[in-house]
Amino acid sequence: MTLEELRSKLGYHSFVLGLVALVTSGALALTDDSTHGAIVAAEARDLQQSLAQVLPDGFADNDLLKDQVAIKGEDGANTLVYRARLHGEAKGAVFKVTGHGYAGVIAILMGVDNAGRILGVRVIKHQETPGLGDKIEAAKARWIYDFDGKSLGDPAPEKWAVKKDGGQFDQFAGATITPRGVVKAVKGGLQFYAAHRTEIFAAPTANVASTAKE
Amino acid sequence: MTTAYRDIVEDGLWRNNVVFAQILGMCPTMAVTTSGTNGLGMGLATTAVLLLANMIISSLRHWISPQVRIPVFIVLIAALVTVVDMALNAYLHDLYKVLGMYIALIVANCAVLGRAEAFAARQPVLASGLDGLSMGLGFTFALTLIGLIRELFGAGTLFSQASLLLGPSFAFMEMTVVHDYGGFLLMILPPGGFLVLGLLLAGKRLLESRTSKAAAPAPLAAAGCH
Repeated sequence: MTLEELRSKLGYHSFVLGLVALVTSGALALTDDSTHGAIVAAEARDLQQSLAQVLPDGFADNDLLKDQVAIKGEDGANTLVYRARLHGEAKGAVFKVTGHGYAGVIAILMGVDNAGRILGVRVIKHQETPGLGDKIEAAKARWIYDFDGKSLGDPAPEKWAVKKDGGQFDQFAGATITPRGVVKAVKGGLQFYAAHRTEIFAAPTANVASTAKE
Repeated sequence: MTTAYRDIVEDGLWRNNVVFAQILGMCPTMAVTTSGTNGLGMGLATTAVLLLANMIISSLRHWISPQVRIPVFIVLIAALVTVVDMALNAYLHDLYKVLGMYIALIVANCAVLGRAEAFAARQPVLASGLDGLSMGLGFTFALTLIGLIRELFGAGTLFSQASLLLGPSFAFMEMTVVHDYGGFLLMILPPGGFLVLGLLLAGKRLLESRTSKAAAPAPLAAAGCH
């Protein structure tokens, strides 16, 4: 039978489609398998870099990725907290908080020292309007550095808002919702830290990377 | 034979340009051309996929029966894009951080399926590869041009963050044309994309009608597909 005749048979169509699906699935599985390790390593490196950004130089000497603990927050969701230590002594913690901006979720990483003072805040993911809301990125503007050194008592709780809401943080021309979401999220992060501080540092030091899910 | 190849290249780059003549791939065209660098990155990633998809489909063209060709093409293209996505994430992670969000969009780019259907399913491997490459480069040219115009009017810069995409040695491409420019936000927002594309299309038609008065307007490709 020639290929021409074969191609007109009904069974041939399903066979070709099935074969293509099988071969491509195999190729995908193979690629996933061979790239998985490298992707995990690259993402860990990314996280390491972000962690380093929210902590001052020389603040900690431990591998934060290996010193993490999952803490259950008020909303019932687990937050991964990375503990910073210098010569084995607990100095502070880094964790992720989520804000709600103009165009969805804003992922924020913040570092806090033992006294509850902010060491650094960085936005790691957002979809805010380019040119307006994206000034929350450290690469675009200095705004995010305003949080450095702040704590729950400084400024006073009612001042933890953008200026338009009577607070002390600047909003951007044309964009209030984005900075408002970030300020609220950072304040929430500080409250979370204050409420769970003993819990964070009481948990045993263990590499929970393999069990904890974000 | 050489004239045929020449035709393929000219078709892809200009006469039958994906964006300016076929008006295909509008989703990535509008979504990513907020800067020249973004347009360039998306264009290059699409070029790679177009080239590979065309060659694979062309080499399989005798075995794929017409009745199931569309699902076969889609499966092949989607698998290819996913492989490219994973490989970039694993081995060129810094580039992936810039381009990552666009890669998955390539599956939805009708131009890739369009070329598979209109060209690669009927032509030999080499010609199909050349077609994919030319169409891809034409797409890259269009996206970069739209991106540069929007970026210039919207932010006053050209190729900002190009070094993130191409490496530090390309930092010279980054230019601030207007210093302390407040920015014309409309150009960065979606309407800017439509405005620039519309003006460029009008410009291309004008150019063509000047150069060849008798030439009929370029045929529009299948509608209802973006």
